[in-house]
Parts: sequence; structure tokens; C-alpha cells
Amino acid sequence: MSTQTNESLDLSKVDSIVKDYGYKRQNLIAILQKVQENFRYLPEDALTRIAVQMKLSPATVYGVATFYSQFSLDPKGKYEMKICDGTACHVRGSIPVLNAIKSHLKLEDGQKTTADKMFTIETVSCLGACGLAPVVVINDKVYPQMTPDAIGVVLDTLMKEEA
Amino acid sequence: MANNMETQKKTLFVDGCEVEFTNEKNLLQVIRKAGIEVPTFCYRPDLSQYGACRMCVVEVEGRGIQSSCTMPPEPGLKVHVNTERTRRIRKMVVELLLANHDRECTTCERSGDCELQFWANKLGIKHVRFGKKRESQYLPVDDTNPSIVRNPNKCILCGACVRACNEIQGLGIIDFANRGSKTVVAPAYNKHLGDVDCIFCGQCVAVCPVGALTIKSDVQNVWDEIVNPKKQVVCQIAPAVRVALGEAFGLEAGENSIGLIIAALKKIGFDKVFDTNFAADLTIMEEATEFVTRFKEGKNLPIFTSCCPAWVRFLENHHPDMLNHLSTCRSPQQMFGSLVKDVITKEEGISRDELVSVSIMPCTAKKAECKREEFYVDKNPDVDYVLTTHELISMIKEAGIDFNKLEPQSADSPYGLFTGAGTIFGASGGVAEAAARTAYEVVTGKKLEDVDIKAMRGANTFKSIELDLEGTKVKVVVVNTIKEAEEVLQKIKSGELECHILEVMACPGGCIGGGGQPISCSAPEKKLKRAAGLYDDDAHQKYRKSHDNPAIQELYKKWLEKPNSHKAHELLHTHYKNRFETSYKNV
Repeated sequence: MSTQTNESLDLSKVDSIVKDYGYKRQNLIAILQKVQENFRYLPEDALTRIAVQMKLSPATVYGVATFYSQFSLDPKGKYEMKICDGTACHVRGSIPVLNAIKSHLKLEDGQKTTADKMFTIETVSCLGACGLAPVVVINDKVYPQMTPDAIGVVLDTLMKEEA
Repeated sequence: MANNMETQKKTLFVDGCEVEFTNEKNLLQVIRKAGIEVPTFCYRPDLSQYGACRMCVVEVEGRGIQSSCTMPPEPGLKVHVNTERTRRIRKMVVELLLANHDRECTTCERSGDCELQFWANKLGIKHVRFGKKRESQYLPVDDTNPSIVRNPNKCILCGACVRACNEIQGLGIIDFANRGSKTVVAPAYNKHLGDVDCIFCGQCVAVCPVGALTIKSDVQNVWDEIVNPKKQVVCQIAPAVRVALGEAFGLEAGENSIGLIIAALKKIGFDKVFDTNFAADLTIMEEATEFVTRFKEGKNLPIFTSCCPAWVRFLENHHPDMLNHLSTCRSPQQMFGSLVKDVITKEEGISRDELVSVSIMPCTAKKAECKREEFYVDKNPDVDYVLTTHELISMIKEAGIDFNKLEPQSADSPYGLFTGAGTIFGASGGVAEAAARTAYEVVTGKKLEDVDIKAMRGANTFKSIELDLEGTKVKVVVVNTIKEAEEVLQKIKSGELECHILEVMACPGGCIGGGGQPISCSAPEKKLKRAAGLYDDDAHQKYRKSHDNPAIQELYKKWLEKPNSHKAHELLHTHYKNRFETSYKNV
């Protein structure tokens, strides 16, 4: 479910991204990726703007955006954390690490982003780093061989930096 | 028909029989031509082939299992429709759909003409091995749209509605969202169907094989008014209804059953039955006069016809800069409503509340039109309820009327008298042709002998005609479907296309293909037959030009003075609203 943000978005950025890709339908996924990179999620207005610029219907763009799990229609935190729950990470204890993150960040069941929009956590199925299991990636930085204690230290450090 | 030098006979084999084929798009058409029924859900001949439902699977020797709707025919193919494997696959498909389907069939709007129900029955499915969806898993029903109800729990994801909205109207209001078991057909951002740029044309409803998209019913509301002794209930019948309603009672498409329909309405309990064709004649009086004025002044040309509420809504949403081109004439439905509420209340000395005006329409968008605030006087609407052809059929059935055994009746006077020009309003090109007949005589002062303008007829989505009014050239463009209209608008804006009159009807072929008509998506030829029925009705009328209608002449004498008079403006004209701000294009 998407949430409309009240803050005004700079949609001219969307326009230039769509233009860079030549308004071509076959580039829609790449455009969505770029736009998400820019806003850190896909705001409703940005999707509609893409639709208007590309002469597609908003429902079509929404359909593509909701089809792929890489796209998020909800605002993401400043730190995007991906915890691997692939086979190797799972057997090496990814679930206890995930639970530690959830309790550390006081996330309710089903909640992915902290109330202060600082952290977002999602599970992924394999990061291709099975030798380092269990793996957590925070904003593209890899944290190998995590334990519930180790991840707590990592989170505390990040929180201190932000405080 | 030209055969494009295709002298060589091409054949393939279906269940052992040799079948000839020519330019059929797919194997399915060839098989059906051979008289073999193949079940389908997602296949709609007028839309693109999608291959979603897998009901039309066949075994092709050397190729295995193929969906016949997406496979082109090839000479020499050996196709088997009815095999153990294909039967098993079809049953599995239906069982899986049923496992995920709200199976409250008996109370479903589509009970009795649901394609899923039909095939479940025909394929002998007595047990669904995969259980049933729990009610807690049901999604909410969306009834926020004034014309259409969307029940996602009935949806089988065939995508016909998605294709209709995209390919016919070019709007794409609904599309697939999410993935896997969470897939739904929904408007963007999962918004309500009442909060998006839907134009209420109902083409999505017209292709839905199940009860996922249905017409918002006013049947009970109308029954309630009919049984209320304090109310006088009058109704009007639109042109396109008379050549389609009979299909539900075994008549041929295009067979004019107006006499039977009037008899049925009387039996149901309507106090007076009038004919929208009369108001169509009135529309021509006003619109032709308006056109001639604009033409002389060279202002706001081309004039756009304003009879189609879906087209009007589309312009308001996406092209507010063109609203000054729209004729200010109300649609025939609304002219009728306004007239009935004004004149009958005065003649009979009753209040507006005591008079209920119902219209029988081929159209779902008319339900939204009658709720426009401009069509209310003292908080009372000019048209209280719109019943689609489909809803009237269900009322006739509910009342236990044996339709074919009725004694035909004629409409009540004075608003039952009409000309041939009024009756052709139901087909694409009809409004322009009717207007041309009157405009010719107004402009030239001469009598038009041959009233048929054949170039304006036919199901083509684009027609361009140049009329010669004794030296005065008038260029008329006739389009149907909003997809075509959008293209024409762009060309008018860029100057690439010039014309004086633009007639637009949103539904394919005009109102005869309306979203409220009996479902004909599997048999596109029905629309042609319905149009032919209207032109036949026209040809048999005593009067064929709107201004020749004696009842119209009388009405002007008694109430309206002359076309475009002050009184006529008050009762018969309207204004439009710029809705761009709430449209998605305003981002």
C-alpha cells in the first residue's frame, strides 16, 4: 500500500530521468530504478509523473512497480538493511540476527521502517556471499558473519553517528 | 470480398475433419468455424489475444499442448480439441479458479450468464479439490463509482477489462497490480474506481466473463418508486435499447422490439412510457441551430457533439481547453428529463418530487450523467434513475413477463412521436447524419430529398465526410471510441485535421455497443446488426428530419418559442466543468 507524502517532491528530476531514457516503454524498469535511487522509494506522484511523461496510464506504471519486490512504494529509512535468509545464511543463524535487529529497533510485526525513518530492514533470499554467512548489507556495505550481539554493536554505532 | 490473390486452398485437420481456413488470426477461430465449441474466458475477438486462461488448449500433433487463441493456423496441422489431456487441463483450470473465487453464485449479479459458472457446469465439475477461500481473505467490494461495481473476489484475472480500457478507450484506468497470489486488477495505487479518471463507459463490464465488474443496479430503487402510490413514474427509452433488448428473449440482434418493450414497461407499472428519440429530435433542433450560428460566426469550431456523457467526462478530465468546442446542448436523456419535469409537473399540477423520471439506456455513463449537479432543480434531479438495457431485462424477468407473447404497444403522446433522424442517434455517425439533414435545410432553405448519408454509417472508428450544402462545404468527422477521439483531438490541436463538426461516441459502434447492453463481446457481428436495425427503423419512418416532427413543432409553439431561445437555453442547454485539477494528468 502506498502512502502519499505531503512534502513537495522535486518532480523535475523525474522528468530528466525519463528524458534520459528517451521516453521509451522498454526502459520503464530502468527508469523506475533511477527514480527510486533518487527518492529512496517510489512516491505516488513520481509514478504518475512517469506515466504522464511516457504516455502510459498510471495503473500500468503502478502495475510494474508493484510486480517487482525491488521497488518500494513506501518511504525507506536512511539506512537500508538487507538481511540474507538464503539457505546458507538461514542455517548459520540469520533468524536470530533478524530478531535482534527487530528488537533493537523496536519494530512491530510487519513493520519494515522505523518511525524516525532511519532504518529499513528487509529479508532477501541470497546475496551471493554464502561463504560469509550470515550476511547483512547496510546501504551496500557488507557486514559478514553476523551474530545477534555483533549486529547490535553495528546498529549502536550507526545510531551514535546520527545522534 | 477480395481474396488477395489467395487462390490456394489452405486446410488443417480438427479432430480428424479437414477444415478450410483463410485469414483467421488464430487456430481458435478456425476450430470454431468448424462448429466445434472451445471454452474460453480471456478470449475476446475485438481485443488482443492474451492467452491467460488456458481454457482453449488443444493438442497439436508434433507441437504438444497449445493455447489455440494465440497460435496462428498453419496448413496441414493436426489439431485435437477433445482429448483426455485437454479435458483434464480445462477441468484443472476451472477448479483452480473456483478455489480462489467467491462462490456465492445464487446471489451474484451474473448468476445465469456467468462464463465461469457456465463452464463449471458444462465440464461437469462437481467437486473442487482445492477447497475454498476463507471470507477473511476477501478483499473489499468497491462501489464508489456511480456506474460500475468492482468485486475483486469474483475476478479470474483474465485481463479482458484491462485490455478493453486500454485498447478501446486508450485510458488504462485499471491494470494488473502486485504479483502471484496477490495479483489483482485495480486502478493505480489501489484507489477506488470512483476516485480515478474513469469515464463510466462500462466497456470493462461488457467484456467481464464473471461478476467481478458489474453495472451498479438501480432496479430495486425503481421498483420502490413504482409501488409507491404517491409517485407518478414515467420513463423514456433510448434508441439503441430497442434493437438489443430482444436478444435476451431469443430475438435476433437488430430486431426492433420497441412495441414489446413499451408493453413490458406498462406491465411493470410505469405510468407513462415515452421515447428518447423524441428528445433526440429536440437535440437536433437545438444543436443544428447552434452549429449554424457558430458556423456563420466562425466561432468555437469544430463543434463537438455532447450526447455521449463518457466523451464529455473525458474532455473535462483531460482536455479542458477544448470544452468551448462542446455543444452546450444537453444530451437527449437530460433534455427529456428536464422537459418532463418542467412540462408534466405544470400540466398536471404536481411537484417535482411526485414525478419520478426513469430512463432506459444502453449506457452505464448515463447513470453518472443524471447525477451531475447541473441537472438538479431544487435538489430534485431531472432524471431520477437510469436503468441499463441489462437492468430492464432483469426487471422483465423478475416480473414474470413472457416478453415474446406481449401485444406490442406504442409510446404515450406527445413525447412518443419521433423521426428517423432521432432513431439513428444510437449508432456512430447517427447524430451527425441527423444534424446534417436539418442543417442542410436551415442553411440552404431548400428541401433535402435524399436524406441518407451512407458515408457517415458503419462501424469504422474514424469517418470523414465533406458535405456540400449547395456550395457551402461542411466537413464532418465521426469517431467512436475514446482512443480514436484522443488521436483526432491531437490532430485538431496541431492543425493537422480541420473540420466543422466532430461527432464522438465512446463505445465501439456508438450506443448500440454501450456498456449497458446485453453482452455481445463474443459475437461482434451483433453490433452491426443492431446498427442495421436502427437504420431500418429510420427508413420506415414517416418523418425523417427532426424539424418535421409535428410534436417538436408543437412543443416549440407551446413552450420553447424557437430553437436556442431563452427558455430553450434554460431547459435544454448546460455548461461543463474543468476537472483537470482532479485528473492524474495534473501532477
